[in-house]
This record gives sequence, C-alpha cells and structure tokens, in this order.
Amino acid sequence: MCTTCGCGIGQTLIAGHALKQPRKPGEVMRYRVHEDGAALAHPHTHQHNGLNGVFNGALDFGTGAAGTHAPGISQSRMIKIERDILSKNNDYAAENRDTFSTHGIFALNLVSSPGSGKTTLLVKTIAALHGTLPIAVIEGDQQTDNDAARIRAAGAPALQINTGKGCHLDAYMVGQAMQQLHLQNHSLLLIENVGNLVCPASFDLGEAHKVVILSVTEGEDKPLKYPDMFRVADLMLLNKCDLLPYLEFDAELAVDYARRINPKLKVIRISATSGEGMTEWLDWIAEGCRNAVTAVKRSAEPKILLE
Amino acid sequence: MHEMSLAENVLQIIEDTAHKQGYTRVKTVWLEIGQLACVEQASMRFCFDLVMRDSIAHEARLEITDTAGQGRCAQCSIEMPIAALYEACPKCGSYEIQVTGGDEMRVKELEVE
Ligand SMILES: Nc1nc2c(ncn2[C@@H]2O[C@H](COP(=O)(O)OP(=O)(O)O)[C@@H](O)[C@H]2O)c(=O)[nH]1
Ligand SMILES: [Mg+2]
Ligand SMILES: [Zn+2]
Repeated sequence: MCTTCGCGIGQTLIAGHALKQPRKPGEVMRYRVHEDGAALAHPHTHQHNGLNGVFNGALDFGTGAAGTHAPGISQSRMIKIERDILSKNNDYAAENRDTFSTHGIFALNLVSSPGSGKTTLLVKTIAALHGTLPIAVIEGDQQTDNDAARIRAAGAPALQINTGKGCHLDAYMVGQAMQQLHLQNHSLLLIENVGNLVCPASFDLGEAHKVVILSVTEGEDKPLKYPDMFRVADLMLLNKCDLLPYLEFDAELAVDYARRINPKLKVIRISATSGEGMTEWLDWIAEGCRNAVTAVKRSAEPKILLE
Repeated sequence: MHEMSLAENVLQIIEDTAHKQGYTRVKTVWLEIGQLACVEQASMRFCFDLVMRDSIAHEARLEITDTAGQGRCAQCSIEMPIAALYEACPKCGSYEIQVTGGDEMRVKELEVE
C-alpha cells in the first residue's frame, strides 16, 4: 500500500484476494510495480510533491491559453467523446441491476459516516428476518474483515471487500463479489458501503435504493453539509434514537434539513439497540422484496400479441 | 480520494476509444466538470497525472471546463444559478430545487495522434 499519496488503486481485496482488474487479456498493464515490490503490486511509481504541488509537468503543459485546441502542424486530430466519466461504472451497475431483476433480488446500498450504526443495524435486521427469506451481505471497508465476521455470526453469508485507501465501493467490485456469493433467487442483498458521506453518492452499484443512515450523535446539519448523499438516497434511517433523551439533538430539524435537499425522502426513526422503529424498517424491506419477486413473475408471463 | 477512480475511468474511456479510432498518443484531454459535481480540481489534476503514467496519455495536458450550477424551482418553475444544493428559491423560498446543470462529469474531447 502506498502510504504517501493515499492512492487506492490496485489494493482492493475481496475476501482477502486481489480484485481481478477489468482488462482484456493481452493488454499491457499501464503501471509499474513499486520498487519495494510492496504487497499486491501497488501499480505505479511516482514522485510525491503534495496535492497542490507541481507534478510531472501537468502544470508546465497546462500553461497554454484555454481554447487553443486547434490541431497543430503534426498529424494530431481532435476527437469528440462526450461520455460521462462514470459511464463504465454505470455499465457495470446496469449488469448488476439486470441480475437482480431477473432473479428477484432486492438490493440495498447502505451509506453513512463511519460509526452511525450500519453493521449493528444489519446484524439486528438479519436476526429479525432469520428464516423468512435468504439474505446475503457485501461488506465494504477500507481494512479488516471484522464487519463480515459480525454478519456471519448473525447467520448470513457475507463477503468482505477491502478497498484499501479507496473511499467507496464501485459496481465492478460488487459484480465480482456477487459471483462469489452465489446469490439465491428471491433474496435480499444488503450492501454496506465504506463509511463516507461523499464518494459513494456518485457510484451506482445497481441497487434498488440507497439508504442513508444518520445517527443522532452526529450534527443535525449533516444533510446540508453532505447534500449529495441525501439527494440520491430514497430512505433515511435516523439511528440511535434511544439516545435522544440524553442529547441536544433536534430530530425534527435534522429531518427538515434532509427534506430540503430531497423532498421525497422517506424517514424512519430507529434504534438498533432498543428496537424502536425496527418493525417499520422490516416492513419496508418486506415490501421491496415482494415487489422484486412480482416484477420477475410479470416479465416471465407470456406476452399476449395483439395483431 | 474519489478523484482517483474518476481519473481511472477517464483512462478507460481513452483506451476504449483508442481501439476504435486507432490513435497511439493522447496530447490533450478536455473534461467538463460541474461545480456541483463534488470534484476538487487540484486533486483531479494530481490523480490524472498519476493514472496516465505509462499509458498512451502520459504527459497529456489536462483542460478542465467547469460549468456553473443551475437549478429550477419545483414550486414556481423559475430557473436560477445555484452554488450549493441546500439553497432556497430566491423567489418563493421553496427548497425544492431540481438541479438542471452543473453536476456533470464528462470527457468532452481529445487531441490525439
Ligand atoms: N446507543 C446506540 N448505539 C448504537 C446504535 N447502533 C449502533 N450503535 C453503536 O455505534 C457504534 C458503531 O456501530 P457500527 O454498527 O459499527 O457502525 P458502522 O461503522 O456504521 O458500521 C457501536 O458501538 C454500536 O454499538 C443504536 O441504535 N443506539
Ligand atoms: Mg460497519
Ligand atoms: Zn420558487
């Protein structure tokens, strides 16, 4: 792992094994291995000049006036691309979504700051749903297998993705993890994203819904500080409500802020510890699972042809 | 550091088009990054540089166009510039503002040979 630049490329592990890179065989790897041959081939060499420093000529080359992009005297030419930078991720997400819909799998992407209670909620959810439907979990964390171990102890198969310094899961990682998990038809897939309220907002994993968890030990204004996440979520779980009597936290205000960003946001007040709000959350999941299954049945029905 | 994965994605797009369009070197890359897209330009330049090393785009010049945030009030339908997602409508005070521009992240154009 590169400890200097914080770069996360090439460090992703699924269940402890390096993530297979999405390249075609025969293509040249464009990175070199670190001199020290550091674990998992941190795949490039570079100088560290600091984030805002001058690096490798980028600024030297960038000094030309903007708009001077007419082809020069060489054979250089201009190519229009007009592609979304995340289009690759979106393609992988579409594949995942396709798998979910053909197999009637209800997939949720749980996002929050570290420590707001995602794993605890998952453990309680798995315990409550035990025996009613198959559940699988994908755990995203920068390091350690701890959370996947907690989930397995609760009785559901879980696969850990370690993103190294990477700050979010992407659709490719999840697709790889799905293959290893052997997902069952008509099941529930819970994906715990890396604790981070910024980056996971941009990366579609193919899920039915993003669920954002805000705990009452954080600030009420978190939705205003991290609006992107609250904008892309469909459900907010306001967790640790058992602590409200001991705190200054204004729950109404937090919900109001979140709805400023996203007026359609559904909110459930919950406590993983006391069980408050669990029934509403479990009902919401059950409805999603039913809909995922009926959608499969409907698309499998023979189409009536009207000539 | 999600600029790192964005830079990775940019390179994938460049390599994909290289196959189809038959170029071997990229001299300039034009990105369009909206001001609401949550991307730090300095960080993007840093990551771009790291990721492009040893690729057909090493030493490529990066040009970033940033587009201003634009929104539309769901209540009174006026269009307005927006600097942040939590601002109220200047006309009616509603917070129900739909983003209509400034959240894009696109590879626009390449100069290649
Ligand atoms: N009081 C209280 N503590 C909670 C609740 N949910 C989680 N916690 C605690 O919050 C801490 C972080 O929880 P964890 O599930 O690991 O958070 P994660 O990082 O989001 O997965 C742990 O000490 C939990 O016991 C809750 O509803 N109430
Ligand atoms: Mg956790
Ligand atoms: Zn208005």
